Amino acid sequence: MMQRKDTKDTILEHVLVPEHEIAEEAAVVELLKRYKIEKEQLPKIKSTDPVIKEIKAKVGDVVRIKRSSRTAGECLFYRLVIA
Amino acid sequence: MEVSKIAEELRNLGIEEEVAELIASAFLPVELTVTIEELLEMQIEKAYSEDIVVMLGSGKDREVKLSEIELKLNKIELPEKIKAELKEKLKVKAVRKKLSSEKLNDILSTVLSKYEEAKIDPREAVGIVAAQSIGEPGTQMTMRTFHYAGVGAIYITLGLPRLIEIVDARKSLSTPTMKIKLLEKYAKDRNKAEELAMEIQETYISDIGKIETSIEDMSVWLSLDEQELKTRNIKREEVVTKIKGIDADILVEAMEDGQLRIYDKNYSNSLHDLSKLGKKVSTTLVEGIEGIKRVLVRRDKEEYVLYTVGSELKKLKNQKIDGIDFTRTTTNNIAEIAEVLGIEAARNAIIEEMLGTLNEQGLDVDTRHITLIADAMTMDGEVKPIGRHGIAGEKASVLSRAAFEVTVDNLLAAAVHGETDELKGVTENVIAGQLIKLGTGAVELVVGKNPRERVQGGKGLRAKG
Repeated sequence: MMQRKDTKDTILEHVLVPEHEIAEEAAVVELLKRYKIEKEQLPKIKSTDPVIKEIKAKVGDVVRIKRSSRTAGECLFYRLVIA
Repeated sequence: MEVSKIAEELRNLGIEEEVAELIASAFLPVELTVTIEELLEMQIEKAYSEDIVVMLGSGKDREVKLSEIELKLNKIELPEKIKAELKEKLKVKAVRKKLSSEKLNDILSTVLSKYEEAKIDPREAVGIVAAQSIGEPGTQMTMRTFHYAGVGAIYITLGLPRLIEIVDARKSLSTPTMKIKLLEKYAKDRNKAEELAMEIQETYISDIGKIETSIEDMSVWLSLDEQELKTRNIKREEVVTKIKGIDADILVEAMEDGQLRIYDKNYSNSLHDLSKLGKKVSTTLVEGIEGIKRVLVRRDKEEYVLYTVGSELKKLKNQKIDGIDFTRTTTNNIAEIAEVLGIEAARNAIIEEMLGTLNEQGLDVDTRHITLIADAMTMDGEVKPIGRHGIAGEKASVLSRAAFEVTVDNLLAAAVHGETDELKGVTENVIAGQLIKLGTGAVELVVGKNPRERVQGGKGLRAKG
């Protein structure tokens, strides 16, 4: 009765989901230096988060999120993956 | 590399012909062996734009060329969105030839200074500003819950109760609803949309037929309503399979008059068992998603959209129903969004829902206040309520927590655990009668032992705390 054909179902393409990517080591060092903070002081994202599972990030990774902002057009946000 | 070639490649990159030639000629005496990649790396726009502008012509009243606007804008430090808007508006002006070079400079410097003014000062108490900016309009909200107008309206919690629901991060809402968007083929065709609506709406056997329990032969008799079956596009065989699927012991017999006799293999003479069987049959789901009580098709601008009573985003995703555009489908249940689409989607949903609720009541609240709340609620990777069970309850200071709600409980628990208050926050310092560490109160003067010596790492004055 219900078959899979022209159904879009990846959560990464959902309008509410901004682009997530694992931030490279150098970028993380730069970020922490810029704000003079420790990694643990970053906002968190759970390793069980559906997007994190999808992009296969591990605990301890920092993900870079390209948010579309109502005031600035686009802005970057970082979250630390926690267990 | 030849001048003409450089100019050509620059044109290919989308730079205006005139400018491209100028840039190319500017490089003529310098270096002709560079490649175009190297050229771009040298950031020609920034380095040479001033010269180019001069070369384009002189005189203050000269009309401004579009390329000049572009070049100047690229040099200014503004958010992309403001730049884009500015570019759009300036271009209109420039086309109407009302913009002189001098005027352009004026506009740009004014925009820049206004932007700098609008920036929040360091140590400004943004939280309290956000709280008041939402709280004040909140007092003007109606306590009533409205409903959508139209045929077969769906009732949706709006106004203050809805705002509280969002901020409290409730898991079960009073009126959960989904807005299901369709793929193009389905979105334009009302009949196809109606079919999909039927497919999603939960249908139990009791909706499509009459159930009678007979003591005579200890079985349940089901007579299906042909009309209902037809409108819902359900086949008899499907119903039979569904009934058989309840339990391996249940047998179904089709009679000549179209009735279905349903009975248990292990005959039982208990009336209780019989009525239990009847109930089981009538509550068997034949089609649709359990929890979606009603689906309405409504026209939203150019397309048909399905509105549901009940929200089951996860099931909808897993069922992979043909024709649904899941990437544009949303629900008003933020907890569901967090579970299915992640924390960032939940943050976006909080912003959308709060702004939507406020705007619907004709209240205009700056997005940044809402964004701040959404950020605070999603900071730890899960959606947390604002109140004493969430953000306010996690504050480090005992006095601050006690000042918020349930004073005695907080003080008692703190005494039992021997907590210390570091007096770092605002509330605690107000209670203690000290200067709060906000705004100008956050700045301290640091002087070295030798007053003439500069304090390491600063210029003498630095923020602390």
